Amino acid sequence: MDGVRPLLELSGASVRFGPIVALDNVSFRMYPGEVHSLMGENGAGKSTLIKAITGAHELTTGTLTLDGKTVHFDSPRAAHAAGINAVYQEIDLLPNLSVAENIALGREPRRYGMIDNRQMREHATEVLRDLGLDVDPASILGRHSLAVQQLVAIARAISTDVKVLVLDEPTSSLDMDEVAELFRVIRELKQRGVAILFVSHFLEQVYEICDRITVLRDGALVGEYLTTELLRIDLVQKMLGRDPAEFTSRRRAAIEQAAKPAFLSARGVTTFPGIAEADIDLAEGEVIGVAGLLGSGRTALARAITGVDVLEQGVVKVEDRARRLDPPRRALALGVAYSSENRRTEGLLGDLSVIDNITLALQAQRGVWRRIRPARQRELAASWADALGIRPSDLDRPAGTLSGGNQQKVMLARLLALAPRVLVLDEPTRGIDVGAKVEIQNLVADLADNGLAVVFISAELEEVLRVGDQIAILRDGEIVDILPSEGLNFDALLALVARPDMPAA
Amino acid sequence: MTKILKHRLFWPAAALVSLLAVNIIANQSFARITMRDGQLYGALIDILRQSAPLMLVALGMTLVIATRGIDLSVGAIMAVSGAVALTIIDSSPSPGSLGTVAVAVVVALLVSLVLGAWNGFLVSVLGIQPIIATLVLMLAGRGVALLITGGAITTVNSAPLKFIASGYLFILPFAFFISVAAIATVGLLERRTALGVLTEAVGINPEASRLAGVRARGIKWSAYVASGLLAGIAGVIYASNISAADANAAGFLIELYAILAVVLGGTSLMGGKFSIAGTVIGVLTVQTLGSTILFFGVPSAQSPVVFAAVVILVVLLQSDLVHRTAKRVWSQVRAEFTSSNQQDTEVAS
Repeated sequence: MDGVRPLLELSGASVRFGPIVALDNVSFRMYPGEVHSLMGENGAGKSTLIKAITGAHELTTGTLTLDGKTVHFDSPRAAHAAGINAVYQEIDLLPNLSVAENIALGREPRRYGMIDNRQMREHATEVLRDLGLDVDPASILGRHSLAVQQLVAIARAISTDVKVLVLDEPTSSLDMDEVAELFRVIRELKQRGVAILFVSHFLEQVYEICDRITVLRDGALVGEYLTTELLRIDLVQKMLGRDPAEFTSRRRAAIEQAAKPAFLSARGVTTFPGIAEADIDLAEGEVIGVAGLLGSGRTALARAITGVDVLEQGVVKVEDRARRLDPPRRALALGVAYSSENRRTEGLLGDLSVIDNITLALQAQRGVWRRIRPARQRELAASWADALGIRPSDLDRPAGTLSGGNQQKVMLARLLALAPRVLVLDEPTRGIDVGAKVEIQNLVADLADNGLAVVFISAELEEVLRVGDQIAILRDGEIVDILPSEGLNFDALLALVARPDMPAA
Repeated sequence: MTKILKHRLFWPAAALVSLLAVNIIANQSFARITMRDGQLYGALIDILRQSAPLMLVALGMTLVIATRGIDLSVGAIMAVSGAVALTIIDSSPSPGSLGTVAVAVVVALLVSLVLGAWNGFLVSVLGIQPIIATLVLMLAGRGVALLITGGAITTVNSAPLKFIASGYLFILPFAFFISVAAIATVGLLERRTALGVLTEAVGINPEASRLAGVRARGIKWSAYVASGLLAGIAGVIYASNISAADANAAGFLIELYAILAVVLGGTSLMGGKFSIAGTVIGVLTVQTLGSTILFFGVPSAQSPVVFAAVVILVVLLQSDLVHRTAKRVWSQVRAEFTSSNQQDTEVAS
């Protein structure tokens, strides 16, 4: 790309907050018509960089040039006016208004001082058609799926003259079809010469859509690479600054465990809507990876076998005795623990201290009257924090102030404090940085080696494949197959998970 | 110093102290406590004595609010409790005997407990919104109380009953000891058992708590039962104070004053983290404010306006926004002062 002038260029940029250096002398450039990925662990400076180019943070030192001219943004509005627009993970549109109203929000066409509805609708129709989106502009935004809402947010972002579009984790709530649709739109924008900054945790997607990758670590620039010339393992290593040997998958010695009787076995388990007629056996020392698309029933299965949802039909046997598992309190007493995919709404109690979070389930099992002494609580929490590597070590901090990976470890510690026999983990690595992800994967392996039966659910098939001894494949609310992960590769798994009418991979 | 400033009870306590200070500055007799016949008297002692009903109600309200609920029926429960107790004493052949009063109080408290359990049932089992669930009893309760008293204000002449609100134990009012006992009981339950942390967990996030195996339903229910029982005790104290069961006046608007006291004490209406000590401070603030208005001779028709104005002031004093703004203004003023000083010295040199 040498010879072409960068559309946007950040040179020697630093952002400091008091003594904290969030971005340290970083240079970064984007060319017209390219999709550029910004990679790094949480805390690497990705958000700061995005905020610096979208006008939310001011640069402490360094310059930002757009189209060759030095610019200075003191607000997101100024950046927006210059043609830099961002769509964030949490959609900041108004679900109660129509699609057309959302697209025009804040800059509605006026006629005689009133909003010109017709022109507004025509404009929206045009924008949506340009992107090839089949959405009725008059429909209420909130009635559409998250994916469509996300696309409408993008339509809104590009409905003005946009030069640089920032997409921050745009795919985290989309399923594979929806991601494909988003990528089609991204390619369309690329054709128009828009520079797109694509930030995502999903390596798969980065490799599929991006032309170049800029890697940040600890607020500093590691380097800028062409996607085609950077091996994945090298990318991960650059992000972490660690030896890639740590990420080799665990090779287990004992696969002949199959003869072991199941600790928990479910037969014909059905909840509505969610999972139908599911049979599954969980044996001690074994990890079952669950692979399936969003809505395939992966979470419903987890909730059905851990007493979170009440069964419509079917039986669950624990150690060969048919048991009622709901409410979760009963399942926990039988040694069956569930960690929800929604850490914030169904897991962590952010206002309570790390200590209280870790000891909560144990305290709940003991009941109100048999309180765990504070000294004992601290001891327990400290030993789990130590064992799982929870940082920082200040256990009196509200748990909500920890990073995503550490919050997830707190959730795990809470369940492990009960000494469970079965651990069902729903998306335990979602939204956390790569380092913490690997730690959690390794932890799951250790727990299985110590005799726990683990169910590991993840939207990332690679991870499921890496962690699972057996892989349960779910489609449309049914378990289609359970097979050993040995001999299964990513493409084969993808083909099994994808709908039959979709071409494999 | 900053540690003290950051303590969550600092601003509630500061509000109470400044309110007391205003009174003392305006009239030194406010702080005067005299000993007569081995009993202490004075404005401050009155505040301790008179705050007992609000203290009990606010303690219950704190637990309910911590579970993310609200109990609007406490005033009505006070009325029912007073009506039950007074009707029993009134219909007894010996209204002045300790036995009669004991029976009357126990029955009144049992009835209050049942009413609290009813609220808890509506909220925790049927899942009705707390404000609606307790509104039912708030509206119906006074009718029930009137039904019990037969529509009249039942008055009795009973020394043991009178003692509850007006009597002295050692050198302090008996009602004060009831307050202290209630604070100690609730405080110990919260600290010495797991009730405190489990209540906070349920208040912060009921679903996450359920998934962690917490009996969220039981915890919520028990908060309403406690609130009902404490309101019942408050009802007995109120009835004792006037030796009568007044179904309309007993605990009138006390639910709102109790909510105010809880909030002044720093507990959020959003549920979760709560503070018993904060509520105690909040109650004393509300009560002191009431006394202050009387003390300053504000005509009773206008006293609510003054009350409201001071409440706004106190709430602003505790607001983070105000603290931040004040800090900013202060640092600006200081910066300007130092820079103008520098200029002066430059000019001088």
